[in-house]
Amino acid sequence: MKLLEHEGKDILKARGVPVPPFGGLIKTAAQTASALKNAGKAPWVVKAQVLAGGRGKAGGIKLAKTPKEAKELVRAMIGMNLATHQTHGQAIKVKQLLIEGGVKIERELYFSVVMDRKNAGPTIIASAQGGMEIETIASEHPEAIIRMPVDPNIGLRDFAARRLAFQLGIPATHTAAFVRVSKIIVKSFIDLDCSMLEINPLILTPKDVMALDAKISTDDNALFRQPELAQLKDHEATALESEAKAADISYVGLDGTIGCMVNGAGLAMGTMDTIALAGGSPANFLDVGGGANEERVTKALGIILKDKKVKAILVNIFGGIVKCDIIAGGVVAALKKTKLTVPLVVRLQGTNVEAGRDILAKSGLAIIPADDLWEAAQKAVLAAKTGVK
Amino acid sequence: MPIILDKDSKIVVQGFTGSQGTFHSKQCIDYGTQIVAGVTPGRGGQTHLDRPVFDTVHDAVRNTGAFVSMIFVPAPYAADSIMEAVDAGCSTVICITEGIPVLDMAKVKRYINQQALSGRELTLIGPNCPGVITPGQCKAGIMPAFIHKPGGIGVVSRSGTLTYEAVDQLTKRGFGQSTVVGIGGDPINGSSFVDILAKFEEDEATEAVVMIGEIGGSAEEDAARFFKDKMTKPVFGFIAGKSAPEGRRMGHAGAIIEGGAGTHASKIVAMREAGITIVENLSGIGEAVAKSRRPLTA
Repeated sequence: MKLLEHEGKDILKARGVPVPPFGGLIKTAAQTASALKNAGKAPWVVKAQVLAGGRGKAGGIKLAKTPKEAKELVRAMIGMNLATHQTHGQAIKVKQLLIEGGVKIERELYFSVVMDRKNAGPTIIASAQGGMEIETIASEHPEAIIRMPVDPNIGLRDFAARRLAFQLGIPATHTAAFVRVSKIIVKSFIDLDCSMLEINPLILTPKDVMALDAKISTDDNALFRQPELAQLKDHEATALESEAKAADISYVGLDGTIGCMVNGAGLAMGTMDTIALAGGSPANFLDVGGGANEERVTKALGIILKDKKVKAILVNIFGGIVKCDIIAGGVVAALKKTKLTVPLVVRLQGTNVEAGRDILAKSGLAIIPADDLWEAAQKAVLAAKTGVK
Repeated sequence: MPIILDKDSKIVVQGFTGSQGTFHSKQCIDYGTQIVAGVTPGRGGQTHLDRPVFDTVHDAVRNTGAFVSMIFVPAPYAADSIMEAVDAGCSTVICITEGIPVLDMAKVKRYINQQALSGRELTLIGPNCPGVITPGQCKAGIMPAFIHKPGGIGVVSRSGTLTYEAVDQLTKRGFGQSTVVGIGGDPINGSSFVDILAKFEEDEATEAVVMIGEIGGSAEEDAARFFKDKMTKPVFGFIAGKSAPEGRRMGHAGAIIEGGAGTHASKIVAMREAGITIVENLSGIGEAVAKSRRPLTA
């Protein structure tokens, strides 16, 4: 799950990381005045609360020197569509703004902790070149990036934090503050089961070290032991994705026209790829899971059919532990409850495949059967184009 | 001699008496696998599926001589179970459990690496995997046994059902399997592609390897380098996720393209340049193997 900047800052602030004075989280221009008052003296910073890096360059972060200027900025920014280099060509609508008091910046650093696959544990990535995106630093100043693995059982030790401070060229006046703050950041990463915690920039103020931004993503597998995070809304999930998640179905919405229902994540991806190879485009990733039963199949088909882009559905099941006859029964039962508005291609393979195919054939439903995945994908692509059931 | 498991492998099942543990252990026993004990804390002294149940893995190992553990323990406790198996002396641990927090696996890796430093040879397979099967000899996992047959193709994969798809195609074209290994779909796991390819390269029963990867991480790129430098046996590769968007997790915790890294294209290029035969169409894995090889007489 990805957290918005203000959510991340709340968490860090509660743990002792200094952040700029909070003014307010606002949705209308009318709320500006009180937010400015809370934040203290001018200048103020107005920040779009969207899940994407590169907001500054895209116009999602602005400085206001007067209350009038602030109000104008808020008016312009609420409802604006923000496209940054991290939104992949799409724009995100800005619904909420964070108002903060401006702070005096002496230096900007880049500081993040990631769960690194290669070294199989948390790793600090830091650079004296703060404020830039890490991708830019990596391509323009690769020598300026410091990587330091962290023991997940211990966190960051004092000497390691000190070494980092010297490597980053932090002046002696700020070393103690950097050690204190960097240790809290690493501890927060571990305590909250983060997969990434990025502070860009981490700044030196005249007397302290402060997080000017916070980008946090957390491990969904660990939500059971993170009550603080479990309360937060998943801002990235669409309505359909949230509905699927509640039913324990793994679903990701895509742009195409062929809805997919598959058992297993790898096979679900492979099915999408096969559809693309056959000249079509998948409308979603959907893994019904190993314990798929009639109820789950019904729910999954319902979710796929709610996507108005879907012109055909491809069900691809490799029965291992899941038995094909159970799935076939589920499809038939689901279609009795849900009216099928698009062609449906079903490919069954594996355990009890004959019984499964028999159930589909005898159901009297307009189901297009297929023996292997390639045949199924071609039939689905054709059906999506012609609409023939 | 196949890799990881053979007919003499003595297995203890952790999470033996739960519904998953019971169902799959029974299937494994029916296949002929030597499951010699089970562990469920608090149920020591009982018998389940005609096998003794112990409170701890230490008791099970001491009393039955088991040296392989298969784990079905629920995700919140599974990482601890892996370390218990290692501490009790198991040299091979196969963890089926899905959904273990990544931080827990980071701690497990550290623990295993420390044990390895003191000279122990340990193999952890998984988590979030279908397990391992050496057809005709031993099945420790949740894969459907009937699609497999003994033969000369080694299979290694990050995904469960995708492995079944590949195995089914191989078997239908007359190609049996030496050992089929699911290394799992998590970002931090026990054995990597390189670990398993190295075992297949050494293994006399394995003639060629089918490797099934997916987007996310760089395990496939590492495997490509290993293949180029160290392998003499042919490898056929398929990578899932060509049509997956960046930044979205595709079911598996590890299947995500982050910051432009871990893409389908990057893996395909690395593998092709190293000399691995790339299979573009998932339905064409069996055909690709058949085109360049003759079935072994099993």
